[in-house]
Order: sequence, then structure tokens, then C-alpha cells
Amino acid sequence: MHPAPSVIIFTSLSGLGFGLLFWMGLGFLAPTGWVAFAFFTIAYLLAVGGLLASTFHLGHPERALKAFTQWRTSWLSREAWASVLALVTMALYGAGLVFFANRWAVPGYLGAALSLATVTTTAMIYTQMRTVPRWHNATTPAMYLSFSLAGGALLAGQVTLATWLLPIAGVALVAHWVVGDKALARSGTTLASATGLGDRGTVRSFEPPHTGTNYLLREFVHVVGRKHSLTLRVIALLSGFVLPVLILLAGFSHALAAVAVLLHLVGVFASRWLFFAEAEHVVGLYYGKR
Amino acid sequence: MTTLPEKTDRKLGLVIDLDTCVGCHACVISCKGWNTENYGAPLADQDAYGADPSGTFLNRVHSYEVQPETGPAQLVHFPKSCLHCEDAPCVTVCPTGASYKRVEDGIVLVNESDCIGCGLCAWACPYGAREMDPSAGVMKKCTLCVDRIYNENLPEEDREPACVRTCPAGARHFGDFADPDSHVSKLTAERGGMDLMPEQGTKPVNKYLPPRDRDIDVLAPFLEPVAEDSKGFLGWLDKTLSKVGGA
Repeated sequence: MHPAPSVIIFTSLSGLGFGLLFWMGLGFLAPTGWVAFAFFTIAYLLAVGGLLASTFHLGHPERALKAFTQWRTSWLSREAWASVLALVTMALYGAGLVFFANRWAVPGYLGAALSLATVTTTAMIYTQMRTVPRWHNATTPAMYLSFSLAGGALLAGQVTLATWLLPIAGVALVAHWVVGDKALARSGTTLASATGLGDRGTVRSFEPPHTGTNYLLREFVHVVGRKHSLTLRVIALLSGFVLPVLILLAGFSHALAAVAVLLHLVGVFASRWLFFAEAEHVVGLYYGKR
Repeated sequence: MTTLPEKTDRKLGLVIDLDTCVGCHACVISCKGWNTENYGAPLADQDAYGADPSGTFLNRVHSYEVQPETGPAQLVHFPKSCLHCEDAPCVTVCPTGASYKRVEDGIVLVNESDCIGCGLCAWACPYGAREMDPSAGVMKKCTLCVDRIYNENLPEEDREPACVRTCPAGARHFGDFADPDSHVSKLTAERGGMDLMPEQGTKPVNKYLPPRDRDIDVLAPFLEPVAEDSKGFLGWLDKTLSKVGGA
């Protein structure tokens, strides 16, 4: 799949933002006044900034409100609802902390649940894709949720939580690679099943339908950069999870925590780039590109 | 509405005969023509006369080589367009309701004025049947020429999809699969019409007829020699040369 920067930025940043909102909603940290204002600003910049980035790849962003209508079947529509409800609920909760120095527990818990629900809906947009076997398994939501919780805990300065959750997220990432590398073969979709000609012999793409490229090849048959996948996997794992945990174990200071957050973000970006770049859409089979 | 209908009154679709298709791409061109000049946003081209041309098409013809264990390889031309699936995954993922499957005839369509161009339906389609038009910013797909098949302004013989109408080999057939006595249902039953990627669970309406095991050479009987013995000058030449050469 084409690794569109807008979608990589969106999933990485908003996951982090909603993770931070989750821990704040549960009351793991309940600052008041200006400190609360600073934390909520960071969380909203990440979550809303990510959502705005995701509209950049739309053909018609001005019609985005229509995306709220099909929540019965569409995970993207559900994501729209969950994110807006989470942001509104957490804004109410934040107002209590910032202006009234009062922690209103009910909107807090509700907002935390909605924040996690938002990350789940994002993950399900990818998980539901039977056409991309690498995504169509439980490791995708496991990765999105554990990333969000670990990154949120790190941003919230929850050292103990983060030292537990970061390794869990790292394991989820490795599991996604291990399961994902075999997923296409396990799906049973091949050029033989795609053409229905498999029982007659070995099928080979002889001639593509066109001499130039097209939307399908640009969007679904991304092959550039796969040769760097092992290097990027090492970077993602070390920078995103191993190094931040080592830094947290070394002792807490604000400067060190900032370094840990930045390293984590680099790792998340690298892993999200791989999430798209390595994903094989079955339509590539028709072009003999798998 | 992106909820799929439980059942459609009719199941309109295509039968594509892989035995008959000669790979001429006429269906590709007529499809591009009709769908650029008629309903909806035109199918745009980018850099059409430049070094890196690219364009939106709703129908594309691949060619595959099939190598059996013994014997020569076979070349199969393979037209591919929307299969108007009964369980269309492209419809349910749509967040705006722009994508829908019609209850009356099962055609899968995009309401272009509701499409936000998120591309998710193209992700969900295993066949590559949907293409985002970069000029219009909306998703394009085969409409089964919905603006031809019911169009009373056209002569009756033209009320079928442009690709079917134009196919010089008669490799494409249009009809109602819900009717067991229809032309397409019978063809599917007789020739073992198959689904593409059945494991994807999409239940495609369009069927593909596999190549026949042996070529039917319809011309062979007409090419048999009609006379073995020659008369006149040629007869004399034949006899003389036979004597000299001994054949």
C-alpha cells in the first residue's frame, strides 16, 4: 500500500493524543489550572492535528461532514463519531480541571472510554480489509491500542506504567511482523484464484493491461523502499520502544523524558510507514507484482 | 445507504468468455468513451501525450500465460471490471453513503456528489475495480452502463453495456443472473462459469467462462480440399512431375 504521509502522521499523532486523554480521563494525572491547560493543549494538538492531517488525502474535504452518516456499516464513519464524542467529552472534563480545579469523574471515565474507542475504530478501518491480509488479523488492533496506551502513558509522565506498556507495545509490533509476513500466503488468495485458471496450470502475468502506470499500481502496489524494511524494523523497535524504556529505567528527569518521547515518536513513525509500505493488497496479484 | 440489500430483485451482470476473448481491448476503449462522454465525471487522463501517461479506466484487459504440466502454454486474455458483488465490501466501508447497491437490479454505484474521495472502497475491493479520478477527486467504477440499459432514447439493440455492444468476438454477455432461464444463467451453467477470488467472500455476480480444453476450429470443415484430381494443363503438369519426381 502507498504510505501516504497524511495517514501516517494522522494515525501516529492522534493515537498518541487519544492515549494521553485516556490516562488523564482515568485520573492517573489530574493537574489543575495552567498545568492542566498545558496537558490538554498537547493532547488536543496531537489528536485534532492528526484528524486534520487525515483530511488532506480526501478528494473532497468540503464534504467531510457526510462521513458521519453511515456508522451502521462503516468503521470510518464510526471513527468520525467516536473522535468527536471523545473530544467533546474530554473538553468538558478538561474545563472542570482547568477552570474549576475540580475533577468531574463521570465525563473523565466516559471520555477515557471514548478515546480508546476512537483508537479502536482507527485500527478496525485497517483490520477489516480482507484485501490486505497483513492487516486482517488481531495483531493490528493490538498494535494500535498498545501503541496508544504506551505513548499516552509516556506523555503523561507515568514512568511505571510506561516501562510496562512500552515493552508490551514492542511485543505487539513484533507479533504484527511475524504474523504479517506469512499472512498473504495463508490467505489463500493467489494469481491462480484471482484468475480462476489455477487448475489448468501455472499462471503467469504475460502482459499488463497498459504500458504506463495507473491509480491501482500507485495506491496498492508500493514496492519502493521494501528493501530497507529490515533496517526500518530495527529502527522502529529500538527507537520506539527499547531506548525509551532504558531511559525511563535510568531515572526520571523532564529533559530525559522529552528525549524518550521524541525517540518513541520516531519509532512510531517508522513502524507506521512500514505498516503501509509492507502491506500487500491482493490486487497486485493481477499485475504479477506479489 | 451502505447497508447491503438482503436480496435484489434482479441480478444484472456480465458473463465474460475467456475462450472467446481475443484481447483486442475494444471493450476498454468503448467503456472509456461512453463513460467519459455521458453520466458522471469524465474519466480523466494525466500527461496523455507526454512521457508518463496515466488514466482512469473502468475496464482493463490483462493477458496471462497458463503453463500446463505437459503441452504448450496457453495465452488467456482477461478483461476485468466491477463484478457487482452480492456481498460487496466496497459498499459497507463507505462512510458517506455515496456507494450503494441497488435493490432493484443489484448494480453497485457511486453517487458522485456524496463521495469525499477517501479511497477506502478501492482499498476494500480485491479486484481493482474502482479507481479514484485525480481530476474529479471522486471514485469511478463500472455502472454496468446504467445510462444505456434503461435508456429508451437508444435503439433497443444498444440497450446493453458499451463493452458488450462493442465486443467483436462476442466474448461478453449481459443479462439477469436471478433468472435461471436467462442467456447468462444458461451460459454459466453450461460452461462452468466461475467466480474470481471466491475465498474473498464477495460473491461476485459476474462470471468468467474458462477456456475450452480444445480449440473448436469452426473454419476447418470449410478448408477441406474439395477436389483431389486436377484436369487440363494442371492435370498434365501434375502427372508429368509425378513421373519425374516419383511422388
